[in-house]
Amino acid sequence: MPRSESLGRVLVLGSGAIKIGEAGEFDYSGSQCLKALREDGIQSVLINPNVATIQTDTRFADKVYLLPVTPSYVESLIESERPDGIMLAYGGQTALNCGVKLDESGSLSRYGIRVLGTPVDGIKRAEDRQMFKDSMNQCGVPVLKSRTVSDFASAKEAAAELGYPVIVRVAYTLGGKGGGVAHNEIELHEIVERGVNASMVGQVLVEEYVGHWKQIEYEVMRDGASNSVIVCNMENVLSMRVHTGDNIVVAPSQTLDNSEYHAMRSSSLHATGHVGIVGECNIQYALDPYSDRYAAIEINPRLSRSSALASKATGYPLAYMSAKIGLGYTLPELENRITRSTTACFEPSLDYIVCKHPRWDFSKFEMANRRLGPTMKSVGEVMAVGRTFEEALQKSVRMLDAGRDGMVLNRDPDPALSDEELERALREPQDDILHRVAQAIARGISTERIYELSAVDPWFVEKIRAIVDASKSISLESGRLRELKRAGFSDRQLARGAGVAESEVRRARKQHGISPRVKQIDTLAAEWPAKTNYLYMTYGGDSDDVEPPGGGVLVLGAGPYRIGSSVEFDWGTVNMVWGLQGNGEKDVSVVNCNPETVSTDYDICSRLYFEELTLERILDITEFERSRGVVACVGGQTANNLAPDLDGAGVQILGTRARDVDRAENRSTFSAELDKLHIRQPRWQALSSVSEAKEFARDVGYPVLVRPSYVLSGAAMRVVWSPGGLSEYVQSVPSPSPDHPVVISKFMLDSLELDVDGVCDGERVIIGAVVEHIDRAGVHSGDAMMCIPPWRLDNRVMEEVVEYTKKIALTFNVRGPFNLQFLVHDGTVYVIELNIRASRSMPFVSKMARTNLISLASQAILGKPLPDIPDDSWKNRGYGIKAPQFSFMQLDGADIVLGVEMQSTGEAACFGEGFYDALAKALTSVGYGLPSGGAALVTAGGSRAKEKLLGTVALLEKMGFQVLATEHTAEFFRERLDGPVGIVHKISEPDRKPNIADLLHERKIDFIINVPSTSTMEKYAGMLYDEYQIRRKALEMGVPVLTTTELAESFVRTLEWLKSNETTRRPLEPYAR
Amino acid sequence: MLDDGTVMRGEGFGASATVFGEVVFNTGMVGYTETLTDPSYGGQILSLTYPLVGNYGVPRPDLDDARIPKAFESDRIQARGLAVHSLAETASHWRLHSTLDEWLHSEGVPGIAGIDTRALASKLRSGGVMMGALAVSDRVDAAAVLQDLRRAEKYADGSFVENVSTRRAVSYGSGDAVVVIDTGAKNAILRNVVSMGYRAVKVPWDATMEQIAEYSPRAVVVSNGPGDPEKCAQTAKTVKQIISENIPTLGICLGAQIMGLAGGTSTYKLPYGHRGQNKPCLEEGTDRVYVTSQNHGYCIDPESLAGSEYQMWFRNSDDGTVEGIRHREKPAIAVQFHPEASPGPYDCRFVFERLAGLMGGR
Repeated sequence: MPRSESLGRVLVLGSGAIKIGEAGEFDYSGSQCLKALREDGIQSVLINPNVATIQTDTRFADKVYLLPVTPSYVESLIESERPDGIMLAYGGQTALNCGVKLDESGSLSRYGIRVLGTPVDGIKRAEDRQMFKDSMNQCGVPVLKSRTVSDFASAKEAAAELGYPVIVRVAYTLGGKGGGVAHNEIELHEIVERGVNASMVGQVLVEEYVGHWKQIEYEVMRDGASNSVIVCNMENVLSMRVHTGDNIVVAPSQTLDNSEYHAMRSSSLHATGHVGIVGECNIQYALDPYSDRYAAIEINPRLSRSSALASKATGYPLAYMSAKIGLGYTLPELENRITRSTTACFEPSLDYIVCKHPRWDFSKFEMANRRLGPTMKSVGEVMAVGRTFEEALQKSVRMLDAGRDGMVLNRDPDPALSDEELERALREPQDDILHRVAQAIARGISTERIYELSAVDPWFVEKIRAIVDASKSISLESGRLRELKRAGFSDRQLARGAGVAESEVRRARKQHGISPRVKQIDTLAAEWPAKTNYLYMTYGGDSDDVEPPGGGVLVLGAGPYRIGSSVEFDWGTVNMVWGLQGNGEKDVSVVNCNPETVSTDYDICSRLYFEELTLERILDITEFERSRGVVACVGGQTANNLAPDLDGAGVQILGTRARDVDRAENRSTFSAELDKLHIRQPRWQALSSVSEAKEFARDVGYPVLVRPSYVLSGAAMRVVWSPGGLSEYVQSVPSPSPDHPVVISKFMLDSLELDVDGVCDGERVIIGAVVEHIDRAGVHSGDAMMCIPPWRLDNRVMEEVVEYTKKIALTFNVRGPFNLQFLVHDGTVYVIELNIRASRSMPFVSKMARTNLISLASQAILGKPLPDIPDDSWKNRGYGIKAPQFSFMQLDGADIVLGVEMQSTGEAACFGEGFYDALAKALTSVGYGLPSGGAALVTAGGSRAKEKLLGTVALLEKMGFQVLATEHTAEFFRERLDGPVGIVHKISEPDRKPNIADLLHERKIDFIINVPSTSTMEKYAGMLYDEYQIRRKALEMGVPVLTTTELAESFVRTLEWLKSNETTRRPLEPYAR
Repeated sequence: MLDDGTVMRGEGFGASATVFGEVVFNTGMVGYTETLTDPSYGGQILSLTYPLVGNYGVPRPDLDDARIPKAFESDRIQARGLAVHSLAETASHWRLHSTLDEWLHSEGVPGIAGIDTRALASKLRSGGVMMGALAVSDRVDAAAVLQDLRRAEKYADGSFVENVSTRRAVSYGSGDAVVVIDTGAKNAILRNVVSMGYRAVKVPWDATMEQIAEYSPRAVVVSNGPGDPEKCAQTAKTVKQIISENIPTLGICLGAQIMGLAGGTSTYKLPYGHRGQNKPCLEEGTDRVYVTSQNHGYCIDPESLAGSEYQMWFRNSDDGTVEGIRHREKPAIAVQFHPEASPGPYDCRFVFERLAGLMGGR
């Protein structure tokens, strides 16, 4: 069946900013969808405010709107663009929910828009908990016993009937948001309350809990002619206990026999057929480990994290195929993109094992609970490919880039746990669960006992046992070395085990001719010749599948998404590849290990290595490739940190020379260069002892900022307010060393912070834009709202910033992208730091300035001169505002106050004619409701913050908002302002009414301004704990909280602006260069 | 070791023995128990492309209500040897009875682990299947094995059906009879017949029309099996008579080829066969594609259909080969794939329903 001729224009909904449960995978799926549309000559219109994505480049989409994915914005686009069809399955839960609402409000039918892919009633049958259960019963697919409820009383009844523990699942949410396991009535109460609030339809499902059952998933493709195939099945190592997003997942399943595999396979086809899926979906099962019994848990009627993983694991481009099916193609009409000769209507056969490992960043969140369970908490993931489980698992641990080299023989020893603690750790899994399994094995605990406690299938435990056992007899003798490499040990682990240098192990390997082999991921287990070069490396083989031509360029990707390194670096990686290709480089290969990316689409580059970003593996690849050089400046800190060692090993680093990068990263040399240029910087000192540090701090005055060198996103950075805090900090960090110096500097309160992104070819410096932070300095740049152009700076400051930028870039011989950070304090400009690599803000700057900085950087890297672009080319283009997206809701207990540690998981940016035009859209994009009236609660610590808020509160009163405040704050405002300020009482005093807790619960507060007095851990002591409770409670109730005075002011001014204005809705203009 | 002199070294498991056979690869990711006991692998050394094998061990050979073994397709391992990348030393499953290693050992079948099965599959794909030897011993004299391999009986010359077929008729279940001509029948065929509500009567491959007629069968199934269909002339003769008597007939795999030969088509050998659980087949005249389980080295020549009693029913979507035929006039249908599954997907059970349709909808 050819595609429907009536489709001229199609609207695609994106997923917005990256959050826990909705991450870069939707850049992958959206981009593939747009690619599929373009191939068919269909005009695509994309709405997505996630500025850092590839899909929002105007490359795949015909028109891009950086606007919030909300029903009202989408409807206004429908009005102006008049699309014929709409794609809802490529933007995660955000797009799906928005689509359902548009359908319910009648917007889609009013404009005659067809939903392409699974129709809305199919979506509802899958998403609505009760309708799902009913559908499964109708088609004979077993489900667990459960009841749908919308209040605690009926939840209690249901739980009594089912018996504790029960699991509470929330309808229409992502990443299991708001759900949980309740072992008793008290827990049930809390979870049901939270869940009902989180649910779009105010309902939750109370279900029997089968934590120790196996968790199995199937990815289904189904076309409109009822052809359906299973593209991939997956098994979760941590059983049903842990949300699949937080689970360690293998593909294909390992412990299922033929009858189990195919019983659930058939069941998947029945279930998805009955629900009416058209395109792709994921179906999840629980399987009893002791009988034939299984049950369908849920269907995701859209592309998902699992489907992105399945695509990368099998080489089957699910999102692309799904989009084609949405256009009316049948599966047999589509071709297998890997073989280019066989049909897409088949089931991939793998001849390798894939292991997905999540990456968590709990250490960034004060007070967050690390326990894994039914709510997803990880911020990213990696995928490792191997020919044994041991190999794939140990590779995945390294890929996480979290300080471990594998399951065993790591630099930092496992924490010393008592037997009791260890058993508890197995029973209540945290992010280090498999390492605790290894620890238990080493302690002699039996496989059966470990299984009993952890519900990790004995098969996996035995494999980990094999790794632990192997680590006891490390030898560099040829046969043994080969065995160890097959078990996934890295040279570094072996070096540690054998007590030699890492390079020694490499030399021994070379001597014995032990090198990894390069294999293709080809969907058909070598049964058909593969035309694409989608590759991994393994020690489980004797021959290579491909032969590279030699002399090409290798681009290092950014590895797993984490706080501080997200989709923006994938944007950089992909644009670098395109830039190099566009500048005549024929052979460009990529290394990356993150399945949620576009850079790991195998049609982007010449050869894609789904591999570790470690020194050992990059050397393996460059030797195999005979690469001309490596680009390490677009993959964030992971790639950047590899550059010095690669350089040391004789690999050519393209772009800025490694020693210039080092000169900038080393605090002393950097500072000395600035002195030579007569450029000011905040006073600093390398920290060698506590007493010296205290002396320095006394000298410059508290607060001071302390941090180690080579950090991204403020890891282990602290603002210290007192000598006591300083001693505490010094004790908490590893002792300073020449390799890892700790630097102390003056922390300048009341400053503005600026970022400049640019490119330099060694002679010309191109300024992308000067970006001003809206929040005060001290809020991490990744968490700050940013604005182009700066709106609080005078011309002299701007000129100075531009002049300094040029001087510094030239002094450090930058050849490629760079980012400079400035402070402006009392009209004086200070330089904070220089990063000679792509920065987080580059996609934002590039799109705002219509200048693709990475594309220009590729020219500089290839040694081509940059074009002349005026220094102010980015001005007079209206305003662009980038806002951070937080995911605190997913993290039980996490506080939302911002500080020097970055905490946001993503960002959105919107452009507008004026500041408030852009800001209103950006705030909406990251989930702030913008109320036109109602009540605002204001609490502020310290008179300084209260003073600063006076104007804002006065404006609120003028606009007719009811202002509420706690006693002291209310008194302060009453004395200084005319209007009435209502008094409310703290959560910690529940008997005093009106109480904040009640008002929040009754939804009588529309937003909260809560500015804490300091941003240290002190805030949790005593009275400040109350503020924390307000913030946490508000978060759980979905009420916006503004925690800085600057943001509060901007927010309120935006509300004022909206009273008499409407936001603009213009498409993004393509890059001019 | 392959006939072209390629030597792959690994770790032996199962029985210490040296065997010769045609080396073939299967791309299925589960179901090694079912695959190894499939009589169609008679005379072959099997390599599995999925690298981790033996994870869930081997179950107890329990019988179902009709006394047919559950996860086993015959009463023994039929492949002559097994080659894998990585053998699970310990297995985990609630049905576990023995490990794969123990099972092969008790059945006297040698296995090899630790070889690059992907490289082997690539070689067979590009060079075609070939004879090979699998030698498990403390010391292997490669030169001697190669000599023996060159002298061993070629797969193409072997007659396997008579070795795998039942010697006497056996019945399973109750009700009207459906006769299964056992040219190497998998138990799953019997299971499917029984679940249709009939008594499955398994008869020897060379049973005559008269012998079969004694059961007054409502239908006849010509089973799968090993080797070249042209070696089954007796079966073809019987099948021709059955079809001419208007007895509804279903051919599966080898059975399909035999029916084809009986009806005027010719067969040929594929370069490396179809062995896996992911093979797409298009039903002719529709846009429905089914994912099928396959295991065949021979195939019906599509060119020969024109002058024959049969027309195309299913076609392989990847390479266009014939995967199913149906008789132009008589109630006879045949598929090259395995609708009985085990191992593999259950999507094609409808083929048995079509047979039921031919039988008058009972």
